[in-house]
Amino acid sequence: MSALAVFLPLIGAAIAGVLVFVPTTDKDAKHSLDLAAQLVTCGCMLTAALFAILTFVDVVSHKNVGTVELFTWIDSGTLEVSWALKLDTLSAVMLCVVTVVSSMIHIYSVGYMHHDPSIPRFMCYLSLFTFFMLMLATADNLVQLFFGWEGVGLVSYLLIGFWYHRPSANAAAIKAFLVNRVGDFGFALGIFTVFVLFESVTLDTVFAGVEGRKDAVIHIFGGDFHALTVACLLLFVGAMGKSAQLGLHTWLPDAMEGPTPVSALIHAATMVTAGVFLVARMSPLFEYSDVALTAVTIVGASTAIFAATVGCVQNDIKRVIAYSTCSQLGYMFFACGVSAYSAGVFHLMTHAFFKALLFLGAGSVIHAMSDEQDMRKMGGIWRAIPYTYGLMWVGSLALAGIGIPGAFGFSGFYSKDIILEAAYSAHTGSGHYAFWLGILAAFLTAFYSWRLLLMTFHGTPRGDERVMAHVHESPPVMILPLIVLALGAVLAGGVAVDYFVGEQAGEFWGEAIRIRGEVHPALEHAHHVPLWVKLAPLVAGIGGIGLAYVMYSIAPSLPGALANRFSGVHRFLLNKWYFDEVYDFIFVRPTFALGRFLWKTGDGKLIDGFGPDGISAISVNLARRAAALQSGYIYHYAFAMLIGVVTLITWYMFVQAG
Amino acid sequence: MSDFPILSVLTFLPLVGALIIVLWVRGDAGVVDGNSRWVALWTSLMNFLVSLLLWTNFDRGSANFQFEEQVAWIPGFHISYHLGIDGISLFFVLLTTLLVPICILASWEAITVRVREYMVAFLFMETMMIGMFSALDLVVFYIFFEGVLIPMFLVIGIWGGPRRVYAAFKFFLYTLLGSVLMLLALLAMYLDAGTTDIPALMAHRFPTGLQTWLWLAFFASFAVKVPMWPVHTWLPDAHVEAPTAGSVILAGVLLKFGGYGFLRFSLPLFPDATIAFQPLIFTLSIIAVIYTSLVALAQEDMKKLIAYSSVAHMGFVTIGTFTLNVQGIEGAVFQMLSHGIVSAALFLVVGVVYDRVHSREIAVYGGLVNRMPAYALIFMVFMLASVGLPGTGGFVGEFLVLVGIFRVNAWAAAFTATGVILGAAYMLFLYRRVIFGQLTKDKLKALLDLSPREMAVFVPLVLLVLWMGIYPSSFLTPMHASVDNLIGQVTPARAAADATTSITR
Repeated sequence: MSALAVFLPLIGAAIAGVLVFVPTTDKDAKHSLDLAAQLVTCGCMLTAALFAILTFVDVVSHKNVGTVELFTWIDSGTLEVSWALKLDTLSAVMLCVVTVVSSMIHIYSVGYMHHDPSIPRFMCYLSLFTFFMLMLATADNLVQLFFGWEGVGLVSYLLIGFWYHRPSANAAAIKAFLVNRVGDFGFALGIFTVFVLFESVTLDTVFAGVEGRKDAVIHIFGGDFHALTVACLLLFVGAMGKSAQLGLHTWLPDAMEGPTPVSALIHAATMVTAGVFLVARMSPLFEYSDVALTAVTIVGASTAIFAATVGCVQNDIKRVIAYSTCSQLGYMFFACGVSAYSAGVFHLMTHAFFKALLFLGAGSVIHAMSDEQDMRKMGGIWRAIPYTYGLMWVGSLALAGIGIPGAFGFSGFYSKDIILEAAYSAHTGSGHYAFWLGILAAFLTAFYSWRLLLMTFHGTPRGDERVMAHVHESPPVMILPLIVLALGAVLAGGVAVDYFVGEQAGEFWGEAIRIRGEVHPALEHAHHVPLWVKLAPLVAGIGGIGLAYVMYSIAPSLPGALANRFSGVHRFLLNKWYFDEVYDFIFVRPTFALGRFLWKTGDGKLIDGFGPDGISAISVNLARRAAALQSGYIYHYAFAMLIGVVTLITWYMFVQAG
Repeated sequence: MSDFPILSVLTFLPLVGALIIVLWVRGDAGVVDGNSRWVALWTSLMNFLVSLLLWTNFDRGSANFQFEEQVAWIPGFHISYHLGIDGISLFFVLLTTLLVPICILASWEAITVRVREYMVAFLFMETMMIGMFSALDLVVFYIFFEGVLIPMFLVIGIWGGPRRVYAAFKFFLYTLLGSVLMLLALLAMYLDAGTTDIPALMAHRFPTGLQTWLWLAFFASFAVKVPMWPVHTWLPDAHVEAPTAGSVILAGVLLKFGGYGFLRFSLPLFPDATIAFQPLIFTLSIIAVIYTSLVALAQEDMKKLIAYSSVAHMGFVTIGTFTLNVQGIEGAVFQMLSHGIVSAALFLVVGVVYDRVHSREIAVYGGLVNRMPAYALIFMVFMLASVGLPGTGGFVGEFLVLVGIFRVNAWAAAFTATGVILGAAYMLFLYRRVIFGQLTKDKLKALLDLSPREMAVFVPLVLLVLWMGIYPSSFLTPMHASVDNLIGQVTPARAAADATTSITR
């Protein structure tokens, strides 16, 4: 059953992939090919989602946890790796989230990509992505996880560069792949450390051995370090790359070059959360390393605030949501950092729904505005696209975490609250750092969300007439998936909160997540925080919405005035803290320059110059001199002979005398 | 079956094909060309089929040499014609028999002058390569090892590009130096051990002092073949000037001579010297990986770029070999096999557009995906295998090698792993410039996608790369016993040299 859920998307992708290469001549044939690709991939995905839900029920209610072994993959010495599917609550949750969101996005794409000439290719990539993501989520060992990890990276690269005739899309695709490779570099070293430490990379074996190796010291990089800390930090570098955390985040905003359904599926709902999943998956290791946990907390919290500040000044509708994603991922990480892994995964789940909803809503707006993405050229369109407008509201309310305590809340209300409460009750320096930055980021989140809503839908129309005349609501095939996601955004939090982080949590998670409650009680204590802590995120959210109304509805001249008054700060934020420029200066250019230098000077002048070219030049030179001796004049030769005879006789006489 | 001299058949069948071409192919120029092609293709295909018998009849559990043949040759000096393969050489023989028919198919239309001589050269080369991988006597080995240079030298010098003579001589000059030193080493070994039989030599223990000199002499020869930094500069020139099939054999098989030589000679025969020189190999390999990856990033010529990437990938092989642990060595062998397939395929990929446009310059291309989608897909598969994406053959070798290095020295692993980042950079950058973008250049607007013949060349390679990535056990299992045996031969010397990445509880 679980195997079907995982492999059906691959089958769908394979069939769609074959359809890409079926030659067509007329339009009708092309159209029916497109239709076939859409039907097959959507059908496979929906069936996979069904099986995923059945698997989830099986795992959670019947406790049917375990591993499905497929066949051996790599076997060398003590390194034994199999293709296998690990089923426990964590992978079952991921299985459900990924397949459900992915099927909705598949269906949405049928409408969104309607005019695109490469429909089968697009559907093939989407399904292929889902397959890799499921392999990642159900991996029973770190190498298979890495397989899924690199696989989603590859499809992300392909989809960012889907419109390959655009140079900017190609550049963004390469950037995404390379920045992720930097993270993977750490991930790979982390896997090696785990292997050296446990002589295995299979998760069950590793987790069973943690207790015995909790104080192990590894001699590595010329020093002695706490082995589990080294392993966790290296794995976390990988997680930072994939989940676009501060320092390795630069690829995510650029990734918005891809078609919008891609941004929703890969760069919001699923792939970018893989880092959070990895940390939650490796919780038995992280639990024994306070250094690593602190690092996770600080990086997460810093990313949350950094991305929120940048999100407040962006004008591209998709970039605002992209930075928002980056920031929300920060929340998930610092939840894990204070050992509230389940809260992190809870937010991962709710976020998947409302962020996919927001992205697809934005896609619907872009669709309506004839591919315009700049919010400065939108405005005043809410009457024309009422469903999209309403659904965007739902998504924004969920993102801002709005709700009535004790009664009802949008899904983000529950997940964000529990994260902030856990951070507060960790009672550590890093916990407080995360809590206060998290509150501030919650304020900014609400602010940029309503800035987006107000700029996009309200005010005076700023688009040109031709565009405005075309503004139209999206077809049902795009709206229906949005409604399903909206249901998730409204209900998922309230329904699931008890299981994920509440009373039923212990029963629900089973062995999937391990927390040493006696050392890291943050999540347990999170339910007993002072009232002001419980209310703070909500107040921050409402405050943010209020500020957005003041600036973008009541006094629309204010943003411009502020930007002029604090032009330095504004420019700093608008340029995303100058990360790209600095990286370009430190890494990209010197690398290319060094490459040229080593080629022209190292290989050309030094090695060849002193090596083959030098030797041949010398031998040619010597040969020329030797040739010059052969002048052709008899007396030259006679003279040479005379000298030879004299030398021989002299030598002979010396020898005789000696 | 056991009496059937299968290795001799494999070695000399191509030579028979070459003789047939020389002696019996007659007639008009067109007829001669066509018949030479067909004879060469059928001979090499038959050889490939025979080589599959090796695969099916190989005893996977045994570390001994199998399919052995031994005939006294120069009895007075204890020199015999001795062939045999173990779990390591098995795959190199298979790699050779697979790539030669592909080369002949790839040269079908690209070579139009002196077709007969060309085909003879390739068949002769196949004989030399298979003989080299299955030789179990130093003299036999040396003859094949050096003999292969002659046809390669001719292929570059006759059918090569405009600077072919420069490239051929550079190739010759580099390899000559190593050959002379190796010959001296062979004499020294014979004088010390009294035999040139390789299994007998493995039982012989050379004095430590002599080991150092012998190791260095072999190193000089193998390092050039691999090629290791800084004796690598012949390779880009040779590749650039060689015809496509020449590059394929060069990258696919000839570069493996060096790696194979280290495994067959340096490690088991000179274990003390191997331990002593481990840091040297590590240093040179790491420099090779980083240096040549950076150089590859700056290239403007497609073939040069892939040639430099070959040097970087072979850096993984040499460092993996000298980790002296199971993962490192199995990874190195696997990396050689996957590189043999992938780099060969990449040169074929370049060959496809070179045949159409007659330029190797990256800037000439762009937007090919618009006209050649199947080509773009195939190129993509091999590009991804080259960057070591899991699921392709490239991953398994690199991963095992890195695991092996990490167990010995984490710094070395970290430095080597940067090659994985840089590798992705230059390959993706190449792919983008050639394949993506808009098709604006007039020259490219009439290009045709892959022909059926070209598909026949690529499809087996694609399947093989995926097979190696998804179920590498087919290749790893037969080599376990031989690799364990090899490590056993080095271990006594190794007691002193401990791994630096260690765990204490």
